Amino acid sequence: MNLPLLVNASGCLDALAAPDVTRTLEAYVTKTITPEPREGNPPVRIAETGAGMLNSIGLANPGRERFLGQTLPRLRELGVPLWVSVGGFAATEYAETCAALDGRAGVAAIELNLSCPNVNEAPESAAEIVLACRNATELPLYAKLSPATWDLAETARAVEAAGADGLSLVNTLRGLALDPVTLRPLLAAATGGYSGPALKPVALAAVFACARAVRLPLVGMGGVSTGIDVLELIAAGASTVALGTVLFSDPAAPARIREELATEVVRRGIKHPCDTLGFAHSSLQMGDSSLDNGLRKMPGNSVKATA
Amino acid sequence: MRRELLSVTGAEGIGPYTLLRVARGRLDAGVPGQFFMLEAPGRVLPRPMSLCSASPRELTFLIDPIGPGTRALCSLGSRDKLHILGPLGNGFDLEVERPLLVGGGIGVAPLPRLSEALGGPPAVLGFRSDWHAEAAALVPNAETCIEPILVTKLLPEERHDVLACGPAPMLEAVRSLAPAAQLAWEAPMACGYGACHGCAVEIGGELRRLCVEGPVLRRGGTEHGGTRGSPVSPLLRRAGSTDRAGAPVSVLVQMHR
Repeated sequence: MNLPLLVNASGCLDALAAPDVTRTLEAYVTKTITPEPREGNPPVRIAETGAGMLNSIGLANPGRERFLGQTLPRLRELGVPLWVSVGGFAATEYAETCAALDGRAGVAAIELNLSCPNVNEAPESAAEIVLACRNATELPLYAKLSPATWDLAETARAVEAAGADGLSLVNTLRGLALDPVTLRPLLAAATGGYSGPALKPVALAAVFACARAVRLPLVGMGGVSTGIDVLELIAAGASTVALGTVLFSDPAAPARIREELATEVVRRGIKHPCDTLGFAHSSLQMGDSSLDNGLRKMPGNSVKATA
Repeated sequence: MRRELLSVTGAEGIGPYTLLRVARGRLDAGVPGQFFMLEAPGRVLPRPMSLCSASPRELTFLIDPIGPGTRALCSLGSRDKLHILGPLGNGFDLEVERPLLVGGGIGVAPLPRLSEALGGPPAVLGFRSDWHAEAAALVPNAETCIEPILVTKLLPEERHDVLACGPAPMLEAVRSLAPAAQLAWEAPMACGYGACHGCAVEIGGELRRLCVEGPVLRRGGTEHGGTRGSPVSPLLRRAGSTDRAGAPVSVLVQMHR
């Protein structure tokens, strides 16, 4: 599979509501699909904060059967490679959906949502869920991890050992916003997932750590709103970058960011944004072969030696 | 939908509100009741605003500065620019025989353009103070009341095709008196074009995106995505009350701080 450069973050774009925006991406990541339909959390579901936003959508989705029967055929017509985000409340639920997606036309990859801050988690570890899914599908499996763990690299290594083909970094962080007048939560569910500009350093740190820990391609996301943001995540070790909150304020962001990237590529005298892959590590670990090998292994990229 | 960087041509105070004027560019003005997402300077998310008036060269938005985003919008001046996306959502159905416009507080915002489109029908408006009621001057043929008198007191006995915009409690009161009324609702929105699922409200018994199904809903109407039954539930009432923040009713209709 050729790795896309720009995709959307799951849950941040409805391809059927905005097909033109979807076609400006190299792959479309669906909203997370669970085995049963979910109405999602009660409103109010979103709140802006000083440097980002909270959402508590709660994995609203039509459920696996309706997705496969009704949504997927319509998504396929868009002609954009599809990454289906899969969620569940037990490893078997994830695996069943992966098995149902296996061999479906148009589906290029599966992203396992192992880290939604708005729903209860499956009791199994991320690695156990990945292992169950690995046995259920041949499709590339991306594990989407939360940055809210004290040793993300350890999780990344466990997920790699379980058979993941890539990591998506990062999901939102749990946050709370209060009404300044009433001092009560702005969201009906009280807490929500924190996204937007404030998440960028968190995403960079997660990508940076995982690039050193595993040899998997990384999808970086969190607070990306400019071409430079994309380049920074690539420099930290991401070969694909996902756009999230920026799509809410600017549906034309993918095209604009691509232009900004093109300008940067010319300015820096490189051929492709991914020529900067891993640059952030070079001054810190000259000659670290594990990093170099990990980055070189990423298919579809021309990778410069970082040492 | 189209997104353009537009120049502010002016901003004037009308009571506590600000009428923001922007060069129209190539934006379609849409149907009265549709809305636009206005980039709020310095903020992460844009703010949804209905169009107050449109001329070939200019669009205007009536904004109540009640939070950081709306205050930033109201402080824009000539030579400033902002991105505007729209038109979005579903506006009012203008195929009505005997229109009556009903507005409450900042809910008066879409009524000037609606009035123009319908040939200046009668309007009844409610505000919480004389100061707020200065905005009534924007709507022709308007009868105005000030709290504690509520706008529902001004609804005439005879049957009208009611088109209303205002805070949720006002819309519910209007609906109880005029069940077929077209009502323009509000919910917090991040994107305005169906991407975020943040504006879900209960429509026809299930949570659906107000930006896609509305913001104008009509009981039993089919033109707004097949809404059925009682369009808005206690969930939306809850949404309204959450942002009430002890503030008067006219704030409610502009939940987008």
